[in-house]
Amino acid sequence: MATSTKSDPKNMDLTLRIWRQDGPSDRGHLQTYEVSDISPDMSFLEMLDVLNEQLNAKGEEPIAFDSDCREGICGMCGLMISGHAHGPEKTTTCQLHMRSFKDGDTITVEPWRADAFPIIKDLVVDRSSFDRIIQAGGFISVNTGSAPEANAAPVPKQKADRAFQSAECIGCGACVAACPNASAMLFMGAKVTHLGELPQGQPERWARVVSMVSQHDHEGFGGCTNTGACSVACPKGIPQDVISTLNKDLRTAMRQGG
Amino acid sequence: MTDLIHGVYTEGEKIADTKAPKVPVAGMWEKRKMDAALVNPANRRKLSVIIVGTGLAGGAAAATLGEAGYHVKSFCYQDSPRRAHSIAAQGGINAAKNYKEDGDSVYRLFYDTVKGGDYRSRETNVYRLAEVSANIIDQCVAQGVPFAREYGGLLDNRSFGGVQVSRTFYARGQTGQQLLIGAYQALERQVAAGTVEMFTRHEMLELIVEDGRARGIIARDLVTGEIQTHLADAVVLASGGYGNVFFLSTNAMGSNVTANWRAHRKGAYFGNPCYTQIHPTCIPVSGDHQSKLTLMSESLRNDGRIWVPKKREDCEKDPRTIPEADRDYYLERIYPAFGNLVPRDIASRQAKNMCDEGRGVGPMVGDFRRGVYLDFADAIKRLGQKAVEEKYGNLFDMYARITGENPYETPMRIYPAVHYTMGGLWVDYDLQSTIPGLFVTGEANFSDHGANRLGASALMQGLADGYFVLPNTIRDYLAKGPFPKVSEDAPAVVEARTAVEERTKRLLAIKGERSVDSFHKELGNIMWEYCGMERTEAGLLKAIDLIRGLRAEFWRNVKILGSADTLNQSLEKAGRVADFLELGELMCIDALHRAESCGGHFRAESQTEDGEALRHDDQFLYVAAWEFGDGESDPNQPGSTMGAPVLHKEDLVYEAIELKQRSYK
Repeated sequence: MATSTKSDPKNMDLTLRIWRQDGPSDRGHLQTYEVSDISPDMSFLEMLDVLNEQLNAKGEEPIAFDSDCREGICGMCGLMISGHAHGPEKTTTCQLHMRSFKDGDTITVEPWRADAFPIIKDLVVDRSSFDRIIQAGGFISVNTGSAPEANAAPVPKQKADRAFQSAECIGCGACVAACPNASAMLFMGAKVTHLGELPQGQPERWARVVSMVSQHDHEGFGGCTNTGACSVACPKGIPQDVISTLNKDLRTAMRQGG
Repeated sequence: MTDLIHGVYTEGEKIADTKAPKVPVAGMWEKRKMDAALVNPANRRKLSVIIVGTGLAGGAAAATLGEAGYHVKSFCYQDSPRRAHSIAAQGGINAAKNYKEDGDSVYRLFYDTVKGGDYRSRETNVYRLAEVSANIIDQCVAQGVPFAREYGGLLDNRSFGGVQVSRTFYARGQTGQQLLIGAYQALERQVAAGTVEMFTRHEMLELIVEDGRARGIIARDLVTGEIQTHLADAVVLASGGYGNVFFLSTNAMGSNVTANWRAHRKGAYFGNPCYTQIHPTCIPVSGDHQSKLTLMSESLRNDGRIWVPKKREDCEKDPRTIPEADRDYYLERIYPAFGNLVPRDIASRQAKNMCDEGRGVGPMVGDFRRGVYLDFADAIKRLGQKAVEEKYGNLFDMYARITGENPYETPMRIYPAVHYTMGGLWVDYDLQSTIPGLFVTGEANFSDHGANRLGASALMQGLADGYFVLPNTIRDYLAKGPFPKVSEDAPAVVEARTAVEERTKRLLAIKGERSVDSFHKELGNIMWEYCGMERTEAGLLKAIDLIRGLRAEFWRNVKILGSADTLNQSLEKAGRVADFLELGELMCIDALHRAESCGGHFRAESQTEDGEALRHDDQFLYVAAWEFGDGESDPNQPGSTMGAPVLHKEDLVYEAIELKQRSYK
């Protein structure tokens, strides 16, 4: 590794092995890059910005990666960092900071890997399968203007809290990337639990779960074998028990001839 | 039209009519809805509407128009409509429900919003906003939005800056996320129903105006690079704000002005471009690498106390060792009635004043420390750590992650950052721009927040426009359709398409030396320095010169690698920065012409003896609506009006509210 003069003794020199892939049909490969004088206060994506500026200056095309809000809420970013979805901390890639690494580290950066998330270019994948799962039933059917007064249906705090916790899902896909089966059960379980805990979600509860699971399987996501890797990787800490809720709802729905 | 004024703009005719019904505000919206023409359900599917942007304003409108049976084409640059930047709003949404029985009402919400906007918003639109606010909460709850609740199961409220009632509904610190997911799910339901066609990873690059009407857009498929023509009976821009003109802001990386700016160039007036909101509670800049700034909800000001050391020599000390007597809780001192809950513009400017005086804290950035303390020690003592954690836990976690410091133990540091733009495309009461058939909603328009937006009002406006206002007003326009079919070979379509193709080619052919980001950062520095929290005539004139020079260099020296027919993020950014380089100049011109202080626009030449903003209602009680100046300005022809924007004034009339100088003391 090249040694550099650091502007601050806390700064780091790092070796990066980054997945480059020209397009969907390209085979792709890991390419090695060196970056130096990286501040621990930088976010991981700002470190990649620095690398991209260097590449641009050298005449090499910058690495394509997704990010938008960069504050951990939009769910657009998502990288496999040395084998961990979103890296070593429990947060999104954009909120991961370089103080989680140390001088001299080698970091491998790959896209999410799943049949249902085809690679578009470099580190960018297509997650539209998630949208199609929501289209299948991840909603409450209420047209604008037809809503009753908001306080007409009280919601017990415990149920409201669990609905909220499940609704925190940002749809980033880390659960799928972390799962050995590339299953999206945590993503789906979060939605089924969010809507199923609320009185407003009851009328469509059984049809919803059947329709969403069927779309999930159709998209090519794998089955759940309860490894729990999804919940560990989830930057929002969605608990694994939403999958139990989903399975329970699915069984009830099937018994009803859903 | 006049000669050049200040050497940079001219003045044209006034805007005579905003098309608001001529009745008192309380009955105005009902009358407008009654007068709006109807479209037979069977005819709706023959009418098509393009909606650009899928945040609260765009997503809600697309879902609602889809439910009504219109044919909707919805566009977003992100990979999913659920990622639009409304998602990052934290604090809450206002609504005049008066659940707390603390004296709230539609009128009071209206009054607070107009006053908060420093009497520079349009009374008629704001009244309507307050009027529909309660329906928004009903709609969202019915969709399953998990608002915070009390133990009895009913909805909870909290208070926010600039008001004295509790009318803000919230979902912990993720209110925007929850509201957007509600709108997103409603939208996806319509995608499944076949009424909405969704185009993700598509960016609008040009507006098609045929026979004087907006009839479509040219969009680029960001994955394949394909340039596409999309035609419709009407176009809605819900593409958000333009805070990223400052490079560093709390906006998302991709937030941009391109949709708005392209429409502006085609004839849509731009209203009050200089009105920018600088939000007081953001995490300070940590270094040159910074790509964006992170806001922490101003709800933190409910329990946190803001202070700086009284003595400069204390600024480097561990804040916990500074005794009470040596701390200056400056907001509580200067504004005893509102204390830490003064409106955002005031809180931001006072933070800047403290740092300018040399009493800022945190690391040196440039010549001085840019930070003030936001201290929860008292709140933790009073409420206990658990209660504080429950209310603000996610914000504290975010702060700890970004700074590496523990806010439960040591006071947080905050500094103002660009957050929201009150300016936007000019619209009438129907949210229609000066181009017939082009409607503009949410942050992308200018109408509701005047010179300063109150907390928890952006979500309210986005959803009011999207669910309730636009679907009613656009109906009146669509009832006149379907308009004559436009062919893809029509001259206006070909011209728009060719312009996009040529521009893309031109950008890639420059092959210069400097990256897009380097231009963007330089523009941001100019804007922050001269068109940020405090503006002067000399500074603005200098900024206009600097921006012109930078823009010329951009078109000569930008370096964009890769090709046009693939995913090319540098090319995407280049197009956006090119438009920011034009917008930045217009913002400075607007700020230059408005020689008064109001809301987020503080002109140093216009202040009271004790340093407060001084408005000049006699001269500036109007909306500045700018018409794009055709042609290229030529530095060799200093008197020429070529390329100079034309100012059209819309006089602001207050009938339901008495005009006053704002005071929060």
